[in-house]
Amino acid sequence: MTSPTLSPPSFTADHHQPPSVRVENLSLRYGRKMAFANVDAQFRAGQITALIGPSGCGKTSFLSCLNRLHELTPKAQLSGQVYLNNCDTATIPLTPLRRQVGMLFQKPNPFPLSIYRNLAFPLKEHGICDRTLIHHIIETTLTDVGLWAEVKNRLKAPALSLSGGQQQRLCLARALALKPRVLLMDEPCSALDPLSSEVIEDLILRLKGTYTILIVTHNLGQASRIADDVAFFWVQHDVGQLVEFGPAKDIFAHPKDPLTAAYVSGRRG
Amino acid sequence: MVRRLAIPFGKEQGATLMVWLVALGITVLFLWLLSDVIWQGGQAINGAFLTQAPIKAGLEGGIAPILVSTGLVLGVCMGVSLPLGLGTALFLTEFSPQRSHQAIRLSLDILAGVPSIVFGLFGNAFFSKVLGLGFSILSGGLTLACMVLPILIRSIQVGLVNVPHEYRQAAAALGLSRLGTLKTLILPAALPGIAVGILLGIGRAIAETAALIFTSGYVDRMPTSLLDSGRVLSIHIFDLAMNIPGGEQNAYGTALVLVILLIVINTLVSWFAERFRQSKLQIL
Amino acid sequence: MSRFKSEATWRVLLQILALCSGAILLLILGFLAWETLPILHTIFLDQFWRDPGWYPSEQAYNLTPMVMGTLGVTVGAVLVATPLGLLSAVFCQYYAPTGVAQLYRRLIELLAGIPSVVYGLWGLVVLVPLIAKVQPPGSSLLAGTLILALMILPTIALVTDASLASLPPSYWHGSAALGLGTWATVQGICLPAIRSGLLTAVMLATARALGETMAVLMVCGNVVQVPDSIFAPVRTLTANIALEMAYALDLHRSALFASGLVLMLVVTGLVVVTDRMTDAPES
Repeated sequence: MTSPTLSPPSFTADHHQPPSVRVENLSLRYGRKMAFANVDAQFRAGQITALIGPSGCGKTSFLSCLNRLHELTPKAQLSGQVYLNNCDTATIPLTPLRRQVGMLFQKPNPFPLSIYRNLAFPLKEHGICDRTLIHHIIETTLTDVGLWAEVKNRLKAPALSLSGGQQQRLCLARALALKPRVLLMDEPCSALDPLSSEVIEDLILRLKGTYTILIVTHNLGQASRIADDVAFFWVQHDVGQLVEFGPAKDIFAHPKDPLTAAYVSGRRG
Repeated sequence: MVRRLAIPFGKEQGATLMVWLVALGITVLFLWLLSDVIWQGGQAINGAFLTQAPIKAGLEGGIAPILVSTGLVLGVCMGVSLPLGLGTALFLTEFSPQRSHQAIRLSLDILAGVPSIVFGLFGNAFFSKVLGLGFSILSGGLTLACMVLPILIRSIQVGLVNVPHEYRQAAAALGLSRLGTLKTLILPAALPGIAVGILLGIGRAIAETAALIFTSGYVDRMPTSLLDSGRVLSIHIFDLAMNIPGGEQNAYGTALVLVILLIVINTLVSWFAERFRQSKLQIL
Repeated sequence: MSRFKSEATWRVLLQILALCSGAILLLILGFLAWETLPILHTIFLDQFWRDPGWYPSEQAYNLTPMVMGTLGVTVGAVLVATPLGLLSAVFCQYYAPTGVAQLYRRLIELLAGIPSVVYGLWGLVVLVPLIAKVQPPGSSLLAGTLILALMILPTIALVTDASLASLPPSYWHGSAALGLGTWATVQGICLPAIRSGLLTAVMLATARALGETMAVLMVCGNVVQVPDSIFAPVRTLTANIALEMAYALDLHRSALFASGLVLMLVVTGLVVVTDRMTDAPES
């Protein structure tokens, strides 16, 4: 595993180098149930890492620990550390942390507001009040996700009136508008039709280099098309484990672990 | 509902007969009550009844000052209980940690079961005597505010809890403050639920009598300030029926007005509840 | 950042509001206790049931007749209303065609919201004269029992209805496969399955009946006596408070607060027990 040089922790908005994400001995339990245990990994800066594995092996829970979204679940207990570059996320206040680490969910979840307000409301919450600046950011991000041409004439329409694929792109724009440096994606295409899913996939590839991306996917084809690295999770003794982690071509061509080999060739899981 | 084939069998048929008879009996009894109120009340109600002041302790004349007093008592009640209830519900659902506020919850559960006459005793001792408000619309409204608070809080909490979890999750993932999320997303989404709570509170307050006998009092003149004593609809019914010989007719008239108000409130409640359900379905 | 400051301010503000709401119960208990103290300082506790009668002007504070009156109408009302409310819920769930069940449920919901003073009015004008035809004076324990039963019937019917609705349809599939009839299934499977729901309904109804004031005040006749028949007029604790608070002074007032405090403690006990029962996991 190659380790990029670790830059000192710096989280000012203009500094826009994607950080590496490193987890040490990370475990999460919900009450008595262990979601996953003892995960150690370093996800490379600016690269796309796909998290694959069968359902219920803790991939989604793992993702939610990286922006501390697990804290929404009262019973969730985390142990171990998550580092952005060298900075322990437990020491970063929630608001700047979640601004650094954007997230896209399995089901598109725009707010029940207008398209415009969906983007403007989070920006205002993060202290950006200049209207021309807000408008500029909205136009750029919507253009980035290829939605601007489709919605520029109806920015006041409710976001829930958009199609599923459009909603998901809006959610991506909403995350990008805050200029995050890491993007977490929890099966962002699984609720979409194949065409919309292809559009999102292309978008993700375009974001590579600018963001450190971690994507949970059940679609092995997708993982092999877009991922630089692959992390394979499996359930052992009722607890999610990181079984194998490495460059995508190695995992798909020469998996070391027999479980990985069985899974990527479609024999198990 | 599950429908079944009945097997011809004496006990089964007897039971069916019994269940239908009971239901029929209850229906007849309640329809009797309702039609009595509508029939007798309908004869008393006309334009003048709603706009005139009572004459001869209500034997003649109308109920205009009583409607005004009722409105004022309700106004005081909701004006006090709404901010208190909304704040409490928000705190309990959005801000309080899991365990530490069970005391408040328990206290509200018990408060919901306290008999209304006890609220009357308390209101008389605290608002009328200690705070020196005497027999007044203010002390009646404040007493009712204590009484409707648990209902209000419970319905608002249901409204807040039912807001889809996805909104909170998405807002948290964007690093938005709780306050901003609350104001922009959660409160608007919970609005129909809050409306149901307010209406249920008004419904309970408007039907109340015992808590008001010795807080807002009996005076049937048009109130000129909140410190005046004011007679509400339900007390007017009670007084006409019990203390004024021949007052039944106008008691029924007043009762009909009260029942119509309650039916309007009930209809609004189910309308809002239905809208709430539909807006949820639309999102999910 | 000012944003965090304002959030903290709001949090504190909401917490204060919540504490105020929570404190109301303590305030009520405190005031009832405070107003009760004078009489507890003056007389012995057993005078509440040993005194020759209820003559507050002569320092005789025997509450027995009122306690008997309250118990009489409450027990009677619960005994009458429970089977009727139960059957009414069974009718809604299993016997009535869907449309009829909906209408019937609407009617019951409507009646649950009718103010007690309207029940009292109807009882006074219609029911009392009817009873007087059988046995004067009409205003009686029986009238109070029947009106109260009518008032708590919707509570029992609606709570039971909701419990029945929550039963899984698999019960019906199971009993249908065994060839059991509707009533056999209701009696043998459904009713035992909702025992705790039914108990909750009865407890809630009992609490409501104990605390009810206006309806019983209007139809019971309000004579201070231990009733010797169901046609005898009685006075309940609540009616006693409502009738005498307006002019009661000093120890008399204090005695009324004492009866209010007892009433509140009993009803509170019922509510807490019901809550615990509902929260406890079904065995």
